Amino acid sequence: MIVRIAGEDQFRLEDSEEAHLKELDDAVLQAIERGDEAGFHSSFAALLDFVRASGSRLSDEDLEASDVILPPSDTTLTEATDDFSGEGWLPE
Amino acid sequence: MAGLTGRISTTIKAKVSKLLERAEDPSETLDYSYQKQVEQLQNVKKGIADVVTAKKRLQLQETSLQQQLVKLDTQARQAMSANKEDLARTALERKNVAQTELQSLDTQVKELEEQQQKLTDSEQKLRAKIESFRTKKEVIKAQYSAAEAQVQISEAASGVGEQMADVGLAMQRAVDKTENMRARADAVSELEAAGAFEDITAIGTGEDDIDRQLKQLTNQSAVDDEMAKMKAELGSGAPAASGGELGSGGAPSAGAGSGNGGGEQAEQSA
Repeated sequence: MIVRIAGEDQFRLEDSEEAHLKELDDAVLQAIERGDEAGFHSSFAALLDFVRASGSRLSDEDLEASDVILPPSDTTLTEATDDFSGEGWLPE
Repeated sequence: MAGLTGRISTTIKAKVSKLLERAEDPSETLDYSYQKQVEQLQNVKKGIADVVTAKKRLQLQETSLQQQLVKLDTQARQAMSANKEDLARTALERKNVAQTELQSLDTQVKELEEQQQKLTDSEQKLRAKIESFRTKKEVIKAQYSAAEAQVQISEAASGVGEQMADVGLAMQRAVDKTENMRARADAVSELEAAGAFEDITAIGTGEDDIDRQLKQLTNQSAVDDEMAKMKAELGSGAPAASGGELGSGGAPSAGAGSGNGGGEQAEQSA
């Protein structure tokens, strides 16, 4: 599967790694639901680090679309809570 | 995939498919997509130029504040030598505010530099993908039947479309940050225009509006420390100007407690 980190790169991950990716994603979501700022930053960093470390980076010329897109690394808890769900944050 | 990744993926994919809606005539779609991509690249260049302009504006403000700092420091020394402690304190209060502002500007300039770097990286990535798409579209036009071309185009355009959405996101974030800073920079300009960092010798004895505003912004204990330091420096060079006055708490506008603290410090170092 191909995972993009917004504002960075696209990475190709083994299909077998999807389960772990999902666990890490769930941890981020739980932190968001709790409104846990520190928990959000640490779990989100863990998710991004996992993708960067275990994925292989696609070249800039590659035209493949991603299966999953992760928010940019400087995303705040407020942005993660409010803005990803609605319109308006991503420009047309 | 649900959760955070699912939500942003869905939003971006919706944008991408909107970009690809014109898919009836494959060759038209190809050229249309390419044209859109090139337009987006121009937008990114403009976005980078905007960030650079905002940065330059802040840097000009920094230069101007640095000049004011030197001026206020000189005036404080002159006032202190002339035993006009009130005036010296006012100058130091203004200097303190200007210093705080300068630090904040410095942080903002660094932040804009980061944004500039991010956008430049994004631009390079988008340019690489567009170039790759341009090559591929000629191959698709030449080699594939209409039905096959449809699939090929859709795949290639999705890849670029996603990059365009990504760049769009980076631009939006840069614009938000730049606008916040512009608002702050305007506020500093207004203070400056109102004479906040101007010549203190023009001020009368009574507190004016600017003075009251500045007092709220000033770190009084830092001003006390600097008063004491300045007294000590001037004192060692010109003994006649200091001496017994230090202990008498000669800074009426300050809180008595912190004023005494500053005085003690001066005596120790004198």
